[in-house]
Amino acid sequence: MDKFTLLNGLVMPMDRANVDTDAIIPKQFLKSIKRSGFGPNAFDEWRYLDHGEPGMDNSKRAINPEFVLNQPRYQGAQILLARENFGCGSSREHAPWALEDCGFRVIIAPSFADIFFNNCFKNGLLPIRLDATQVDGLFKAVEAHIGYRLVIDLEKQTISTPDGTVYPFEVDAFRKHCLLNGLDDIGLTLQYVDEIATFEARHRAAQPWL
Amino acid sequence: MSAQTLYDKLWNSHLVRQDADGTALIYIDRQLVHEVTSPQAFEGLRLAKRKPWRIASMLAVPDHNVPTTNRAAGIADPVSRIQVETLDANCAEFGITEFKMGDIRQGVVHVIGPEQGATLPGMTVVCGDSHTSTHGAFAALAHGIGTSEVEHVMATQCLVAKKSKAMEVRVEGVLGLGVAAKDIALAVIGQIGTAGGTGYAIEFTGSTVRALSMEGRMTLCNMAIEAGARAGMIAADDTTFDYLKGRPFAPQGEMWDKAVAEWRNLHSDAGAVFDATVSLDAARIRPQVTWGTSPEMVVTIDGCVPDPATLSADQREGAERALVYMGLKANTPISEISIDKVFIGSCTNGRIEDMRAAAAVAKGKKIAANVMLAMVVPGSGLVKAQAEQEGLDKIFIEAGFEWRDPGCSMCLAMNDDKLAAGERCASTSNRNFEGRQGQGGRTHLVSPEMAAAAAIAGHFVDVSKF
Repeated sequence: MDKFTLLNGLVMPMDRANVDTDAIIPKQFLKSIKRSGFGPNAFDEWRYLDHGEPGMDNSKRAINPEFVLNQPRYQGAQILLARENFGCGSSREHAPWALEDCGFRVIIAPSFADIFFNNCFKNGLLPIRLDATQVDGLFKAVEAHIGYRLVIDLEKQTISTPDGTVYPFEVDAFRKHCLLNGLDDIGLTLQYVDEIATFEARHRAAQPWL
Repeated sequence: MSAQTLYDKLWNSHLVRQDADGTALIYIDRQLVHEVTSPQAFEGLRLAKRKPWRIASMLAVPDHNVPTTNRAAGIADPVSRIQVETLDANCAEFGITEFKMGDIRQGVVHVIGPEQGATLPGMTVVCGDSHTSTHGAFAALAHGIGTSEVEHVMATQCLVAKKSKAMEVRVEGVLGLGVAAKDIALAVIGQIGTAGGTGYAIEFTGSTVRALSMEGRMTLCNMAIEAGARAGMIAADDTTFDYLKGRPFAPQGEMWDKAVAEWRNLHSDAGAVFDATVSLDAARIRPQVTWGTSPEMVVTIDGCVPDPATLSADQREGAERALVYMGLKANTPISEISIDKVFIGSCTNGRIEDMRAAAAVAKGKKIAANVMLAMVVPGSGLVKAQAEQEGLDKIFIEAGFEWRDPGCSMCLAMNDDKLAAGERCASTSNRNFEGRQGQGGRTHLVSPEMAAAAAIAGHFVDVSKF
C-alpha cells in the first residue's frame, strides 16, 4: 500500500447524496479477477453515453460531457468532495480500487457507509468525515473557483483551504498509523500470532462444535 | 456483571485483543466465499506465500455469475466463466469445501450457509458480500467485508475491527394479512433511512420478530445493511434450534445438546442498554413498495409516488432525480404503476417459505399480458428440490412464470438475467439503485407475495385484498 502523508490536490465535487458502490463501479466490471484497471470504468453509467462492458476500448466511447468527471476543469483531481452516505450498498472493494485507479487519494463527505469507509483505508485512500455545513461551504468554493485545491495533512489531521481556513478532522489512530507508514494489515496482525492461537485453542475447547 | 446486549456477548466472546484506542482483533468462526470478491484475496495469499489459517472455517460457492437456465451448457460469458473457474481452482489448491455449479447444494451464499447449518448461533460470520448480515438471524455476529479483509481473515482468522454502537429495532404486535418480513424491513428503512443504522449493529426484538420463522428473520437481517447497519441480529430461541437441528454442518447427538444449552444465553439481558432504540407497531405495517432509487424511497401499497415539492430541501433533489430515472410522475397511485418484469428470488427472498408465499398467490392464476417475463429463481438447489417436491414449480409454470436454477440472478444482473433500459420490475431483491438490475432498469422492491400479485395483475396491487 502507498504511504499517505501530505496531499495538495485538485478537488472534484460530486453533488449527490447516497452515491452507492453499484454506481461507483457497475457489476459487469466485477468479473475481473485482478485488483487493478477499474479506473476507466469508474462511474461508467454516468460517465459514458453507451453501455459499457469489460474489454471495450474506453477511449473510443462517447462520453457524457455533463458528468463532473469529464469536465476539463476537474482533470487530474485527487480529492473527491461528496455528500451524505457516500459508498452505500455493496461491499465491493472494487469501488475504492476504481477511485484510486482514477487518481483519487482523499474523499471528503459528511458521512460514509461503514464497509466502504473501511475498504478505503486498505487501499491508501483517506476518507474524511467533515461537518455537513463545512462540506457545503467547500462545494460552494469549488464551484466558484476553477483550479480549487485543498491541502490535506494527515499527520496534523487538517484540511487547509486556499484562503487559509483550516479544518481539523478526526481519524482513527490505528488507521492513521497504517496510512502514514503504508503498512499492510495482515503483517501487523501476524505479530499477534501467539495470542490468536491461544485464543483459538480456548475458544474451540469451550465450543467444540465450531 | 452488568446486563449485556446480544451484540456485547458476541463481541466479547470473540475478542482476541484490544488496543487502548478501541482497535480490536476479532476471531472469525466462519468465512463464506464466493467467486466475485475472493480471487484477489487468494492471489494476495499466494504473492505473500501465506496459507489460510483454518481451512475448515471456509465454505465456498459460486453464485453471482452462474446462469439460471441451461446449466449443462456451462457459462456462456467467458469473463464470468473465468471467475467461476478461478474459484474452483483456488478451492482445489487450498483444499476448501466448495459446492460447485452442478452440486445440488449450490446456491446463493447467504441461503446455503444456514441451509447447511454452516451458520450457527454464537458464531462470527464474514463474507465478501454486504448481505452477510443475513446470518445474524441465528444470533451470530455476521457482516460483510471487503476483499482485503477477506484475505486478512484467510491469513489470520481475525478481523481488525472497532466495536459498533448497538441499536434495538423493536417490533411488537401481529402482522396484518399479506404483510411479510420484507415489509417490516422496508418499513424500518423507510423510518430510519438508508444511513439510519450507519455505525450500529442492529438487534431486532419484540413479539413480531419472535413470531417470525427463520426464513423471515433472515429476510429482516439481510436488509439491515440497507438501513446502513453492517450487522443485524436476532436472539436465539427454539425456532432457531428447530431450524438447525440435523443440518449437515450442525453439531449432532450429545454435542447438539451441549451447544443448545450454550446458545440459550444468546439474547440481550433484561435491562441491557442500547445506544438507540426504534419501535414499530406491527399492526400498522402495510405491504411496502419502493418508488425510487434508494430503499428508503418507499411507501405503502395504498400510497402514491411522493411529490418532491412536498419533501424537505435535502431530499428534494434526490427525489426529483429518482422520479426522472424511474419514469414516474408525482402523486401517481402505486397501484396504477404497471410492470414489465417480475423477479422472485435473491438472498433476501429466495428461500422455501418465499417460494410458498409467492406460489400461494399465483396458484390457479395467469400472469398478466403486459408482463413479458416473470421469473422465480430459488435460492439454492435444495430449495428448488424442496419446492418441486411440494409441486410449487408446477403452480408457477402453469401461471406463466419461468422456473429457474439457483443463483443471485437478476438481483444484481451479473449473469444474463437483466432488465433492459426502461423496463420496470417488481423485485423481491434488496436494492433499487440505478442500474442495479441492468442499465436503465427500474426496480421496485416488494415482498414475494406482492411480486406474485403484481405479476398476475400486471401492476402493483394490495395482496391482502387480492
